Amino acid sequence: MFESLGDRLQNALHKIKGYGKITEDNISDMMREIRLALLEADVNYKVVKEFTNTVKEKALGEEVASSINPGDLFVKIVKDELTELLGGESEPLNLKGDPATLMLVGLQGSGKTTTAGKLANFLRKKHSKKPLMVACDVYRPAAIDQLKQLGKQLNIEVYDEGKKDPVEIAKNAIAYAKENHYDYVLIDTAGRLHIDEELMDELDHIREEIQPQEILLVIDSMMGQDAINVITGFHDKLPLTGVILTKLDGDTRGGVALSVRHLTNVPIKFVGVSEKLDGLDSFDPERMAGRILGMGDIISLVEKATETIDEKEAEKTARRMQEGKFDLEDFLSTMKQMKKLGPLENLIKMIPGAKKMGLTDVKIDPKQMAHIEAIVLSMTPKERRNPDIIKASRKTRIAAGSGTSVQEVNKLLQQFDQMKKMMKQVSNGNMKLPF
Amino acid sequence: MGLFSKIKNMFKGYSEEEKTVEEEKEELEESTEVVEENHLEEEKSTKAVEEDIPEEKVVEEKTKKNGFFHKKEKEEEKKNVKIYEKGLTKSRQGFVSKLADLTNRYSKITEEYFEELEEILIMADIGVNTVMEFMDRLRDRVRKENISDPSELKEIIVDELFIIYVNDEVLSNKIQFREDGPTIVLFVGVNGVGKTTTIAKLAHKMIDEGKKVLMVGADTFRAGAVEQLKEWSDKVGAGFYGKEESDPASVVYDGIELAKKEKYDVVLIDTAGRLQNKVNLMKELEKINKVIEGQAGGCDETLLVIDATTGQNGVSQAKAFKEITNITGIVLTKLDGTAKGGIVLAIKESVGVPVKYIGLGETKDDLQVFDIEKYIYGLFKDMM
Repeated sequence: MFESLGDRLQNALHKIKGYGKITEDNISDMMREIRLALLEADVNYKVVKEFTNTVKEKALGEEVASSINPGDLFVKIVKDELTELLGGESEPLNLKGDPATLMLVGLQGSGKTTTAGKLANFLRKKHSKKPLMVACDVYRPAAIDQLKQLGKQLNIEVYDEGKKDPVEIAKNAIAYAKENHYDYVLIDTAGRLHIDEELMDELDHIREEIQPQEILLVIDSMMGQDAINVITGFHDKLPLTGVILTKLDGDTRGGVALSVRHLTNVPIKFVGVSEKLDGLDSFDPERMAGRILGMGDIISLVEKATETIDEKEAEKTARRMQEGKFDLEDFLSTMKQMKKLGPLENLIKMIPGAKKMGLTDVKIDPKQMAHIEAIVLSMTPKERRNPDIIKASRKTRIAAGSGTSVQEVNKLLQQFDQMKKMMKQVSNGNMKLPF
Repeated sequence: MGLFSKIKNMFKGYSEEEKTVEEEKEELEESTEVVEENHLEEEKSTKAVEEDIPEEKVVEEKTKKNGFFHKKEKEEEKKNVKIYEKGLTKSRQGFVSKLADLTNRYSKITEEYFEELEEILIMADIGVNTVMEFMDRLRDRVRKENISDPSELKEIIVDELFIIYVNDEVLSNKIQFREDGPTIVLFVGVNGVGKTTTIAKLAHKMIDEGKKVLMVGADTFRAGAVEQLKEWSDKVGAGFYGKEESDPASVVYDGIELAKKEKYDVVLIDTAGRLQNKVNLMKELEKINKVIEGQAGGCDETLLVIDATTGQNGVSQAKAFKEITNITGIVLTKLDGTAKGGIVLAIKESVGVPVKYIGLGETKDDLQVFDIEKYIYGLFKDMM
């Protein structure tokens, strides 16, 4: 994967060291790294240009001495600037209207239908009101069916008229919603290219007819440089009120977020973070800025863990750790949980500052893990609960049973002992994590 | 260099002539002929398969001799080029006019010229690293060969782009058909790239070639996905097998059994969209692969579908999917928009997977065999 901005800057730093100030002369390498980092995150080329100029202005003349590490200072300037650009005032959805109407538009495959389901679910939960979903994608095969199935899963009604004129369907749906006292109407439209005049006109007709409170552009966070054309294409034709960024649960940097804000000033209101129907989050500018810069993402790490780890099991383990009762049985179950998370190397990379700590080159040998597991499994439950009783003859038996040596069994027991001590320190609050 | 010089000659022909409407028309025909050669090979190969001659390996050879043209093939070919061009027109416009503009504005190669060129290439999503290395090579050549005229550099730009993609390899953009039992093609990719639509288009193409095609709907996750494929199978006249809310690997198993029993020539398998960093979903794909291996000795083709609007993440997609499956080619979809899909150059360079097909629209006819020659020609047509 890509290097984070922090790592990149380390390489360019030697030029600044020794100078008292950041000046035009010593800044160029740094600016180049910032530029590359943003381009790799798919931030639009022009936006990058303007953005780096702003950062340069802010950085010039900064006293290097005032900060211990000029690299950190730089990253901070960049991140703050990014956060500010991405942020602005966070605007909530405009839901005044009877019913309040929300229209979802975008390219094919950006995730409009799934987002419609998620949004309806979100609105119902948050405001405990009654949403109606409307199937206006009459072009793609089975699109109506897809929305209906989502409606069924969520127990939210879907209005459809089959493959008729979408403008008429939308109009009728509003009338239907009024009659049946729905509070929100979510209109799912067909995916279309921003240069398809006929279909763009169709969207405009729907807008004229129903006067929606919100027109939300649904956009794939993996988009590259073409995003600029898409965003301006839709924005020129329709008065967009917000953007929803989808598929952020992937490993994309999502630089498109910056292009959206910079080009249109339309706020990003939500982000799609999973395929599940509750996978819609409100947009967090600071987190997004960190992501674009590749600054490690402790939040994703936690999310990944919660997704795969059995919560009850984890709670039990944590409690036992705090009580100092953590034994080899717990160790075994923790190991099994860890395995579910996939290769440990990948997890380590997500830790902010992992590279600085020299952790990214750590290779964990799955064979070694298997040996450890075999040793623990060769113990009796009693031994696992109370490792202190394991003396010479038990060790020989365990080594034979697991196909390892007594030395290896010893090593494991020692490591386990150390681990236990460390846990005590952590739970007593005597130890600070390195980030 | 045969291919490059050929293209160059083609472009040279353009610039030397005065551009009257009449002549431009002629040029178009001329260019059609040049790109035709590639397709002739394809058609030949199709025949080879049909006549059950042991399949000759069809390659995009860099040195291609002039062949002969059948009238019918020629017309067919013209139609193809038109569709190709029509779809790429919008993608091309911005890119090409900028390049043309660039060469017109500069009478000398300066640092500003390089900067602008870099912008154009990055805006086409060619990939930051690929572009940076490309720029370094270009600067090197300019220095060594003492080039100062931007118009001379245009040819080198095209040359170098070809080199990035072709990389001295022999590339095949044909589906390898199997003779003993059904040919199995697996489609994979992230969500929303157009896997299902692509299958419909490819099925249509193969049915036109006289193949008996079965579509297998193994996207048992997304609501309406199986139904979507089924609707397509009715439209293009393909067989269909699929079951909602069941284990995708078992659907694949049953689908292949059915194909064997009913003697289908081709099985096109649709899978659920999955983001490449989702461990569990990638494991599921691994399982599907194992099933196919057990039943049919593996996939004949595994096609990764990539959306042309995808940015740098495309490389990560190709890498991750290649780790799990044996990706044999890429289908680049949605090229009828304004996106240029340049990330495929970076993918070819860093992961080594070539593009086999491109999608240019939403109807069943909008699938074309990828041809790097045409692709670059399409992007640079108005520039030379």
